Amino acid sequence: MTFPPKIQARDVSVFYGDTRAIDHVSIDVAQDNVVAFIGPSGCGKSTFLRTLNRMNDTVASARVDGQILLDGEDIYAPDMDVVQLRARVGMVFQKPNPFPKSIYENVAYGPRIHGLAAARADLDEMVERSLRRAGLWDEVKDRLDDSGTALSGGQQQRLCIARAIAVDPEVILMDEPCSALDPIATAKIEELIHELKGRYAIVIVTHNMQQAARVSQQTAFFHLGQLVEFAPTSDIFTNPREERTRDYITGRYG
Amino acid sequence: MSALGLLFTVAGLALIGWLVARMRAATFRRPRVARFSALPAHHGWFVGICTLAPPLIFLAVWSATAPALVTDAVLATPAAAMLPPPGFERASILSEARELGAGRSQGAFHDLAEKLAPAYARAQHRYDTIATAAALLLAFAGGALAFTRVRPDFAARTQVERGVMLMLLVASLIAILTTVGIVASLIYESVRFFRLVPAGEFLFGTHWSPQVVDSRDPGASLGALPLFWGTFFIGAVIAMAVAVPLGLMSAIYLTQYARPVTRRWMKPTLEMLAGVPTVVYGYFAALTVAPAVRELGVAIGIRWASSESALAAGLVMGIMIIPFVSSMADDSIAAVPAAMRDGSLAMGATTSETIRKVMLPAALPGVVGGILLAVSRAIGETMIVVMAASGVATLTLNPFASTTTVTKQIVDLLTGEAEFTSAKTLAAFALGLTLFAVTLALNVVALVVVKRYRESYE
Repeated sequence: MTFPPKIQARDVSVFYGDTRAIDHVSIDVAQDNVVAFIGPSGCGKSTFLRTLNRMNDTVASARVDGQILLDGEDIYAPDMDVVQLRARVGMVFQKPNPFPKSIYENVAYGPRIHGLAAARADLDEMVERSLRRAGLWDEVKDRLDDSGTALSGGQQQRLCIARAIAVDPEVILMDEPCSALDPIATAKIEELIHELKGRYAIVIVTHNMQQAARVSQQTAFFHLGQLVEFAPTSDIFTNPREERTRDYITGRYG
Repeated sequence: MSALGLLFTVAGLALIGWLVARMRAATFRRPRVARFSALPAHHGWFVGICTLAPPLIFLAVWSATAPALVTDAVLATPAAAMLPPPGFERASILSEARELGAGRSQGAFHDLAEKLAPAYARAQHRYDTIATAAALLLAFAGGALAFTRVRPDFAARTQVERGVMLMLLVASLIAILTTVGIVASLIYESVRFFRLVPAGEFLFGTHWSPQVVDSRDPGASLGALPLFWGTFFIGAVIAMAVAVPLGLMSAIYLTQYARPVTRRWMKPTLEMLAGVPTVVYGYFAALTVAPAVRELGVAIGIRWASSESALAAGLVMGIMIIPFVSSMADDSIAAVPAAMRDGSLAMGATTSETIRKVMLPAALPGVVGGILLAVSRAIGETMIVVMAASGVATLTLNPFASTTTVTKQIVDLLTGEAEFTSAKTLAAFALGLTLFAVTLALNVVALVVVKRYRESYE
């Protein structure tokens, strides 16, 4: 039995002013999969990721053509509520960006904005559950009032993941979440991605091909704004169909 | 030789030194020795500086000490024995004699001054001659000594560099020393004041009427508390009630909402407010705002609405301060990393929620610092209150009542005829010192706050 895909992108093009950054990309993200976007710098993979929760709206010159459906609903439709969309499609950034607030307040930020907790006890529970899922609870449970910016880089990134999952999103977008972290912190995040898989659809942009191979079930290879190949991860890395994919994963360029 | 002539002569000598040394150094090039450390111009500058600097330093020191030496010489003459004991009269006779001696005035009020005038003229002439000779000698000596060092292997370039460094150091020291001097004179005069009036009575006394100071108990009518309150009320309460919300909101609009095109013309226009001369704000306050405020007060049933109300001065001062608050807030909001903003937006927060819950808390220290600087400027502001605020000191919470400020009172105390030694005049210095202490403290606190905040993001 197959479910319809969580996200369906159809013929998506993105322009910055007159420059085309993404060229007619179509891709499906399944409900319980981790999809990795790989490709050389400037290939548009982050740009494409940011169209999935309309973060490109914050760039004044950006324009998106084509259609992106979330559960069959066009997210660029005029009556789409961006606030609701972003609550359903969470995001983790390249550089950990906890707010200069306490650990507790960082995680409670989303539930507070969206009015998810009726009472303080509910909020406490949400914060604890999110921190547990992000694998951070044991490390911070005794210092929830400390500033989130005082944590180590890896802890900050897991705090950002906890913050994202606190509003119970359906999709989590990760934009090179480990590029600012050391190998140990990276391993922890990858482990976390494994645990989160199934509960959320996850899209991760990464420069690190081993990482893509380790965490994802499907991989999309982008080059110069085009989607070159999108296939199960094992196929991409062992038996790519496209010449350009083969060249990239064997390290011939990029 | 006149002072101006002397300066020109010394400068001329320096110019000659520069030219000669340059020409001399130019001849070094001919044999084409390896490489010179200095170009001919550097040798020229070296000799020029060595010619100019010693006499200038000497003349600067001399001009500070010579008048005392001249006076000493005059006092040593027999005629000076008839001078009255030290005091106001003695000082005025001496100054008259000096003017006569220098040929700057025709007749004298005191006979004794006429007698002392020739002595003054002689002494002045003698010391002037000494100074001229010494200055020229120093110029020659400096120039000659420097010229003997002009050799191919002499690193004149490094020496000139050192001279430049010293000159720049002196330039910056002058500003610092001036500040120190001003503070010292403030403190000195204030100490004299506090000998007449106890500090406690001045700082906490509630009655201020310097027009009728009882010389036996000057403190009774020099209680400055109403002035401090008025200053605080106008500058820190009313003005800030206008400037903080407006400045902050315009900064938020400009940084977060305005399109680049809008921002490009709106920001400079807003900052133009800072370029309006304060005297223009002053008559705007006195002629336009004050009557309107009075009418408003009457209309809402306040019988004693003054036409020199605290509200009028404060409102206009607030308008004046808006660009300060907005540009400080603008800077600190812009300094919050874009990642914070994106993080919040990606959580589904709207722009205004992001600003309220993430951007402003993160920018708060910078904003607070900006507000403190604005307060410090507002309470030191003079022109608006001189023109629009009242001269009557009242302790009141009513913004429609007349209120006065420290700066306004300083102006009132020092304009018009007043003896320099009376408690009334000296009170101006004590007020100035208090104001200075408060604004200095505000500035220091503001800078510390801003600095600590900057460090947290770098």
